[in-house]
Parts: sequence; structure tokens; C-alpha cells
Amino acid sequence: MAEMKILTKYIDDPRSNELEFYESVHGYDGMKKALQMAPEEIVDVVKKSGLRGRGGAGFPTGLKWSFIPKDIPKPKYLICNADEGEPGTFKDRKLIENLPHQIIEGMIIGAKAIGANKGFFYIRGEFNKGIDSMQKAIDEAYAKGYLGKNIQGSGFDFDLVLYAGAGAYICGEETALINSLEGRRGHPRLKPPFPAVSGLYRCPTVVNNVETFSTVPHIIDKGADWYSKIGTEKSPGTRLFSVSGHVKRPGVYEIPLGTPLMDLINDLCGGMLDDMPLKAVIPGGSSVPILTAEECKTANMDFESMAAHKTMLGSGAVIVIGEGTDLVETTYRFARFYAHESCGQCTPCREGTHWVRDLLHKIREGEGTSADLDLILSLSRNMEGGTTICPLSDACVGAVRPTILKFKHEFEARLKDKSAQQPAGTGV
Amino acid sequence: MSYRFSPESESRLNKLLEMFPDKRSVILPGLYLLQKELGYVDREGMEALAEKIGSPISLAQIYGVATFYTLYNKKPVGKFHIQICGTSSCYMRGNDKLEKHLCSKLGIETGGTTPDKKFTLEEVECLGACGYAPMVQINETYYENLTFEKMDQILKDLN
Repeated sequence: MAEMKILTKYIDDPRSNELEFYESVHGYDGMKKALQMAPEEIVDVVKKSGLRGRGGAGFPTGLKWSFIPKDIPKPKYLICNADEGEPGTFKDRKLIENLPHQIIEGMIIGAKAIGANKGFFYIRGEFNKGIDSMQKAIDEAYAKGYLGKNIQGSGFDFDLVLYAGAGAYICGEETALINSLEGRRGHPRLKPPFPAVSGLYRCPTVVNNVETFSTVPHIIDKGADWYSKIGTEKSPGTRLFSVSGHVKRPGVYEIPLGTPLMDLINDLCGGMLDDMPLKAVIPGGSSVPILTAEECKTANMDFESMAAHKTMLGSGAVIVIGEGTDLVETTYRFARFYAHESCGQCTPCREGTHWVRDLLHKIREGEGTSADLDLILSLSRNMEGGTTICPLSDACVGAVRPTILKFKHEFEARLKDKSAQQPAGTGV
Repeated sequence: MSYRFSPESESRLNKLLEMFPDKRSVILPGLYLLQKELGYVDREGMEALAEKIGSPISLAQIYGVATFYTLYNKKPVGKFHIQICGTSSCYMRGNDKLEKHLCSKLGIETGGTTPDKKFTLEEVECLGACGYAPMVQINETYYENLTFEKMDQILKDLN
């Protein structure tokens, strides 16, 4: 199989980040079209396309835009969430570094649709190359009159400001991101009120992912019907998947939703590294339930198939795990990540993530008992399902419990015998 | 003596103060400017930032923000700050072996700084480069798909 490149068609061109090149391949055509459309018309096209947010939750984009109240005197804000940081996920970084104008174009269209005159590009602070690339593109867009006052003589104004985060994964959650942009600790806010009603500076706000904005210009340019015919009925379009772990060619791949998982691994990624047997796959970032090799055979990369396999497409991060990988160690490291990144507001998360990490550390060291394993399973039930303000606690459970349940023998073997530890895998 | 921002940072801060509807938003970029100048954020610098932003922003609020985010160093680091990603995708591609190799080459434990203050080595959580593992970030640059040989060459070049 081959990739279906819509967003990433020109990503490998050395000039892909330059305005002149982007315009030469029909860049900003979608924006020019949108500037002549009524805001409701733009929202309708995006709604009809069936585009679902590419950040992780998969919420319909057009619907999200339609929640912005129309007749209130407060300013409206548009934010691009470029705070990518879930283990396994590295797709947005490619778009930011190589195709910044595509994101800016998507943001201008989004701004017109919701009536925002100011937008923020919230980028993770470690992405220095991306920060430079995006700032350069913003400056180019201002110089060309694509940003600022009266864009292309349309009467529409839109200013875009780049804002760098500072190393907190939780700021990828939209309300924590808003708090961070307001110069506060990245603590998620209780919802409601939702950002569409009371977001940045207590004004109506829309937050969308980098990949979502990158998709919008193509939908406006080529139409909702064209887009909705790609992929599956409930999961239209293409999606970027970042594949890491034990494959021959890890990287970012754009494929239609609904593509079989094994085609992605075997065809595009060149199969398993060193031809080792497949042990498991985490299909949507570290927070989603793991699939066994057997389950992978029937899994397709779309929202419905993943739900049928009791997992999720999440952030589009496919972590491929080869036979011989120590799942006790990888699970401990995921738990350590969530414990480190918990903002500390809610007790089930603050205490739970640290507790799970400590118990896994004990088991990893061969000093655990079956009571410790039972305790993880038991306490994880108090960490999920709405007991906390945001889903970070649920994410920790998703990274830990299904792995313990599906690979229990591996954890049990380690309970009193550290020598059951398996090698780290291949690399270096 | 209180801290003084460089004229360049001062002018950047003035621009930032105009950019946001609420000047509190300047705290994060302000801390970043401070770190660029000092290599870390300290009390005197944070006091100067609080003064620059002005009422009602206090030192306590800036300190509370600085301690929340890991990107701000709260104490001095070496000239080259090596951050090795320790999350599972990197682990699956041998980050633990690379970390041991770095410790042995630099003669320090993870978390330490070489006696000549040249290198600080830290293990950090996901840096968003999972497909190009193992990797390290040194100051503002990502080094990916590393091998022992590549790592040795990078250290040699930095020296």
C-alpha cells in the first residue's frame, strides 16, 4: 500500500516551509475562498466534511466551531494547540517544522468562521526548530498581508501570536493550555463553562490541534464531499500516524482512516525491526489500551474499529512492541511519565499516579507481591471515570491496567524474581 | 543588587506587554528571556520580572509559575545541558544503554554536572521524538537516531 498524502504532499521538499513555495502549490487558495464566504457557510462545510479533531478526543470540528456564541460583545479567540507531548506522538512537530503556512492558513479560516480577530499558536517550548519555523512563517504572512488588518481587502482582521509553553504535558489539555497562556500554572479548569463560552481571558475560545487546522484549507478548497468520501463513513479523511518502536522505518505516515493496522506496520514501516515477532501495539498514544498481536490482525485505523477493540485512536501514535520487550519496564516508564506530569490538583490523580508508579517500581525490582498487583488494579478504578477535573488520571489507567490484564503472566513472573526481566529491546 | 535585563530583553519585554490583553501572560515568555540570559531563573531575576510586569503581579506569582514548569532551570546547569529522553519508546530503542554510556563518558551520574561545569546530564520525560529514538536534547538542539559513535562525535564537537 502507499500513503495518501493530502496534508503532507510537499512535506519532504526542502522549501516546504517557505511562503513562495507554499503559494506555488496552491497554498492560501482555501483562505482566499473562505474570506469570500459567510462564517456560517465555512462552519457548514467543515461540519459536512465530517472532520473530527486530530488532537486525541476526536470531537467534530465544525460542531465545536458552531458552539461559539455569535452576538456577544466580548472578543473571541482562536488557539492552535501545538503542545504535542504524549509518549509516542510526534506528528504535529513535522507539520510545524515543514508546513507552517498550512497551519496559519487553517487558523485564518477558523478565525473567520468563529469571528476571532486574535489567535495564539501555543507551541511546546522544547520545539525550538518549530518555534523558529513558525515565527518565520508568521512574519512572512504578515509581510504578504495574509495576517493583520483587512486581509486581502476582505475587511477581516486577524492577528496571530506565537506563545511557547514551558515543558508541562498537562498544557496539552485545552483548559490547562488556556491557563498557561494567561500566565498561570497549567491547571485544568472545571467544565462547564466550556471554552466556547468562557475560555481565554474569560472570552469565547476555540482550541484545535495542529493537524486539524492543517486539514481545514484542503476541505475549503476542494469541498466537503471530496473530503468525506475519503476514509470511512464515521471517520472521514486521512490521518497522520506517528509510528515508533520496533519497526524498520519509524516515522510519520498519512493514510486514509480505516486502513488495517498491519498494513501500516508491514507495508509502510517495512515490517518489524530485525524481523522480530510482534508482541503488542499501543495504537493511539501511551494513554490508550494496548492491543495484543492477535488483536492487531483485525484492527483498522479508524474510530469505530478501535472502539470495537476497546481501545482508541487517540493522538495517532502507534507504538509497536516486539517480542522480547520487557512490558513491566515499559509500563513502569509510562506510569512514571503520568506521575511526573500530574498537575496535582485532584487527589485521585496526584496520589494515584504516584502510587501506581511506586508499586510498579517495586514489582520491577522483583520485590512486589500479588497483593501489589491487585492493589494497582483496585486503586486504578478510583482514578477514572470523572473523579478528576481532566483525563490525565484516566490516561495513566489506560497505560497501565489493560497491559497488566492482557500480559498478567509477565507481571506475575516478576513478582519475586528480578531475573525474569527481559532485555531492553534493540537499538543504539 | 537587583537584576537588570539586557537592553535587548528589555525591548522584547516591552513588546510582549503590548501583545496580550492581560499582561500576566508575559510571565512565561519573561521567565524564558531570563533563562536565556542567566542559564536559569533566580530570585533576583524573578523580582526584576515582577517589577517589569507591574502590579498586581508579585514575585510569589512568578515563583509559583516558574516552579510548575520543567523548562525553567531553578539552579545553574552546565554550559551544555544534555537531556536524555527516558520514556518508553526511547527505552525500547536503547535509551538506557545510551544513558549509561553518557554517564561513563562524562564521569558523572544522571542529574550531575561535570567538575568543569561543561556538561549537565538529566533524564527527562517525553521530548516528542519517539520515532527517532534514542535521542537527546542539548541546549536548544535535538540529536536523534543516536548510536554510541554518533554521541561520542557530538560530545567531541562540543568540547
